Amino acid sequence: MTAVVLDSVSMSFNPGTNREVNALDGIDLSIAEGEFVSLIGPSGCGKSTLLRLVANLVEPTEGRILVNGTSAEQARRDHTYGMAFQQAGLFDWRSVRRNVELPLELAGWDRGRRRERAEEMLALVKLDDFAEHMPWQLSGGMQQRVAIARALATRPPLLLMDEPFGALDEMTREHMQAELLRIREATGSTIVFVTHSIPEAVYLSDRVVVMSPRPGRITRIVDIALTGDRDDDTREDQAFFAGITEVRESLRAVEGYHSHGGVDDR
Amino acid sequence: MLRRAARKTALFVLAVFAVGCLWEAYKVIGPVDGGSVFGWKIIPKASDRAMPHTWDMIARLLEPENRSGGSPIAVTVAGYSWYTLRLAAVGLVIGGVVGIGLAVLMARWRIASRAILPWVIMSQTVPLIALAPQVVSWSGKIEIFGWEWPRWASVCALAAFLSFFPVAVGTLKGLTSVPAAPLELMETYAVPWRVTLVKLRFPAAVPFIIPSLKLAATLSVVGVIVAEISTGIRGGIGRAVLSYQQASTGDAEKIYSAVFGAAALGLALFGSVVLLEVIVNRNRPREATS
Repeated sequence: MTAVVLDSVSMSFNPGTNREVNALDGIDLSIAEGEFVSLIGPSGCGKSTLLRLVANLVEPTEGRILVNGTSAEQARRDHTYGMAFQQAGLFDWRSVRRNVELPLELAGWDRGRRRERAEEMLALVKLDDFAEHMPWQLSGGMQQRVAIARALATRPPLLLMDEPFGALDEMTREHMQAELLRIREATGSTIVFVTHSIPEAVYLSDRVVVMSPRPGRITRIVDIALTGDRDDDTREDQAFFAGITEVRESLRAVEGYHSHGGVDDR
Repeated sequence: MLRRAARKTALFVLAVFAVGCLWEAYKVIGPVDGGSVFGWKIIPKASDRAMPHTWDMIARLLEPENRSGGSPIAVTVAGYSWYTLRLAAVGLVIGGVVGIGLAVLMARWRIASRAILPWVIMSQTVPLIALAPQVVSWSGKIEIFGWEWPRWASVCALAAFLSFFPVAVGTLKGLTSVPAAPLELMETYAVPWRVTLVKLRFPAAVPFIIPSLKLAATLSVVGVIVAEISTGIRGGIGRAVLSYQQASTGDAEKIYSAVFGAAALGLALFGSVVLLEVIVNRNRPREATS
């Protein structure tokens, strides 16, 4: 079964009015179970909108979306995906553990099972010593790890991430990327990951989806051929640089597409 | 925490002392019969009748209400204050519940906000003194399930009428100021609006609700005292202010006993909201509590 299918999906904001914005046009994409797919492109290319379509936070104007074999709406109702945002969005008034428990609480789990699962998830993101801390006592990277634990709490097969490391400093960011791959190894989740960073997309992904703006389209899908375990050495690997070059050139092509309008194409 | 409390108490005592000093300083330099600027009589009289000495006012607290005898006036005034405090507390609770309820309605439906908000604002332009006799006249006319509307309930209603306003406005602001990320997160859980209200919007609004309750506490006290004075209900500090004033020609210090009582009860009700704040905010970051 494929985890996500997008079949000729288009999406306009304010359709039929003079403020109509064509955010996405004719998107075809299917993501296999267990795959790590990154969406990359300049601002306004609709990559976040694409993620929100999969999450059923917005509805497509045209086309069909399947998530874990059901409609996107059903997937949301069934809690078959977890989501993490750029802002960790933790609840200040809840302890770290109770933040992770939130989705379980809403799904009607009893206290004991909730606690057990939350502690398991916190161990997974290596924050078991901070369960009773309050979110504002943690660093940005730790907060983001709590948000990931929360997104994974119900063990959804699919994890949607919208620039989750965008607000972190470079060192923390690289560390979090390695952690995310380790977590993915442990859970086997399918991950759809929106990012601005080319090295981040290449380091993490099996495939990188390169998008162009106005209207948002998929211009190219780059397969990342990194062999073996991805670790700090991977960042100095020839294949890693090759991947970066390929993604960068695909993005350049996007800019070249614009230069037909008379803009300098370097 | 304890050190901060001690420092705050010390500062409060110092502030009270400073006001006392200013008072006495004015008595030394101010004109006994007052004065006028450009024909307006705005410079207060410094006479002992208008501004008794601070020590005389304090000494008066220990003397009986009527010079004939009995317990010190401080005790009598404390009794009045206690009566008024209870009415103000009931008014604050009713005002708080009504204010939060209206805010929830307004946050839920935009149309409700358009329909209700103008009335909420207009309600505050009606002078309480004009409203008080009407509301007091309910007693004896209204009966709810065999419970006859007593006069004190009218006083509470008037206090609630003043205190619901800041709570409604503050809570509405809080409920609608939740950042986008946690709201989207709740949306991914596909939960109904009321669940988002209880789990997210309401706790997120607490830093807005607490200051509005502080305002409401002082307004509730003002409401009860004005209602007591304008309706002549006995037993409270409002009535005491009125009757002590009539005796002020020969006993100027007496009225200040009632003023102190009113101030003390205002502080007590305000303090109870601060206590609530400390309990609610015990696990929150400093920025949100200060």
